[in-house]
Amino acid sequence: MSGKAAAAAPLTDDDLVPISGRPSFGARAARTPAFVAGAALIGAVLLLALLAPVIGRYSPVQQNLLVTLQGPSAAHWLGTDEFGRDIWSRLLYGGRTDLQVGVLAVVFPFGFGSLLGTLCGYLGGWLDAVVMRVVDVVLAFPFYVLIIALVFFVGEGTHGIYIAFALTDWVVYTRSTRSAALVAISQDWVAAAEGGGLSRPRVLLRHLLPNTISQAIVYAMSDIVLVILAVVTLGYLGLGIQPPAPDWGAMISDGQAFITVHPWMSIIPGIAIIITGVGLSLLGDGLADLQRPR
Amino acid sequence: MAAPSAQPAPARHGARHRVLRYAARRLAAAVPVVLGVAVVTFLLLRLIPGDPARAVLGIHASSQQVAQLRRQLGLDEPIYRQLWSFLAALAHGNTGTSIYYKVPVSSLIGPALPVTASLVGVSAVFCVLITVPLASLAAARQDRPADHAVRVFSLIGLGMPSFFFGIILIIVFAVNLHWFGVGGWGTTLPGHLRSLVLPGLTAAIAIAPVLIRSLRVGMLEVIESDFVATARAKGLRGPRVLLAHVARNALIPTLTLLGINIAYLIGSTVVIERVFDLNGLGNLMLNAIGVRDFPVVQGVTIVYAIAVVLINLLTDLVAAQLDPRVRLR
Repeated sequence: MSGKAAAAAPLTDDDLVPISGRPSFGARAARTPAFVAGAALIGAVLLLALLAPVIGRYSPVQQNLLVTLQGPSAAHWLGTDEFGRDIWSRLLYGGRTDLQVGVLAVVFPFGFGSLLGTLCGYLGGWLDAVVMRVVDVVLAFPFYVLIIALVFFVGEGTHGIYIAFALTDWVVYTRSTRSAALVAISQDWVAAAEGGGLSRPRVLLRHLLPNTISQAIVYAMSDIVLVILAVVTLGYLGLGIQPPAPDWGAMISDGQAFITVHPWMSIIPGIAIIITGVGLSLLGDGLADLQRPR
Repeated sequence: MAAPSAQPAPARHGARHRVLRYAARRLAAAVPVVLGVAVVTFLLLRLIPGDPARAVLGIHASSQQVAQLRRQLGLDEPIYRQLWSFLAALAHGNTGTSIYYKVPVSSLIGPALPVTASLVGVSAVFCVLITVPLASLAAARQDRPADHAVRVFSLIGLGMPSFFFGIILIIVFAVNLHWFGVGGWGTTLPGHLRSLVLPGLTAAIAIAPVLIRSLRVGMLEVIESDFVATARAKGLRGPRVLLAHVARNALIPTLTLLGINIAYLIGSTVVIERVFDLNGLGNLMLNAIGVRDFPVVQGVTIVYAIAVVLINLLTDLVAAQLDPRVRLR
């Protein structure tokens, strides 16, 4: 991945070193602090979310009205909510849902948007003109307004989230891969590949796409942050993942009613969101650092 | 100003001509976008799985009521006719009738618009107040502790949902310190402004990290340029160089970036209005969602999008005024 990415950028002295002389991706990643810190944070969050059934201790939806609104104790590490549900278990399972929904919601926009953007950059013409006008229209809507309206009209809950992001989020990938494709085409190797008799689909799929996609991957990291924030925001507004399924946004919203007496109910899931967001942002920064030719 | 201009008149006329041509070109480019926005908003109601009229009225409504609402919403006509009458009504400023309140949607949007507009204005001011000093600090102390501190601040700002930051501000400044009310809009102008401080700050923090990053990189590029070295060589002090030369030149791209991100900023006010109980467009939209008032949601959505198109147009024109190079592109 890294070798091909370097080929797309203007040649530097560094690129004249034989490929075998370049340190491996892993070795360079280990020397990129942002990447290491981001990977560590996200690794920890993922591990906790995956281990939820093992370390969760309680069911995230099991109510116990005898122990409502309790502070941290040996039985309930982070206390309980207004229905006596264990906050630690809800936190772990909530992470599972939010991460899963956030990542799945990005898959279609990433794939479709990157392919379309590369195609537009490569072919140009009327396809490019039409697609770019559609992109302008989608970008004219404030992100949250469009997502909230779509989720409302399509139907609340996870499938509404998937449809809303599928309809809107591809535009950012289309825009960034299109410009990446234009940069690649302005260099001679695309013309060389075509002149060598390769068919256009082959040039597109085997030569152009690997270059544009590596940029889209970097972008996807910061996009996942936005999407996960949007998912918990929808949950906070009661439009996202539907109760009683645990979700960090809904946990914050539930806790808001008790904010003066039991602030931890909102603060704990909030901190979990921030840690996830910071981790993903660092990972994205790290990947960008790694791709930049030094 | 009575002093005669030293510049020959024809050249000035040419410059003004170019500005007008640029403005006309940008205006012409905005027209299809507004048209597209209207079509997308029209299609929203058609995204509802099944019968929209049934979805509005719920499962207990009689088939007569459903048929009546279908007629009222124009759903019984062919789709191209519906689109045409939707666009024609929109051109007259008519965005439909609220199903819940039984009044024109525009009469609900009217009182809510100033609240949202002032919230966006206040948060844009906060944005500049946060971004410029922090980015200057980070650029002046590159790779030193202050730079890293600003970076950590930006990272946390990026990863924090704005509704959560709003709640934290309420806990600290309203519940504990009693400096501001927990929510609401106030009754007087000072009251309005006071009630906009915490929400404005919340909205600003949502996009400040992006702006800080870009302004910092922009300033670093300017710091390394020749004219800054010249200014230093002339004996100008560090802070003066930073403010008068570096910040000014890095500000134009940041203004443009603020214009691009204004859509995101406006979008995040939807949620922030809910947190602080401000009766702006966002709360109107969310309340309409609560009572399944589809025409109101449609109307508010289109107002938001047209506002974004207009603000972007305005930012482009201001940037063109500030930086003559923009017009030549």
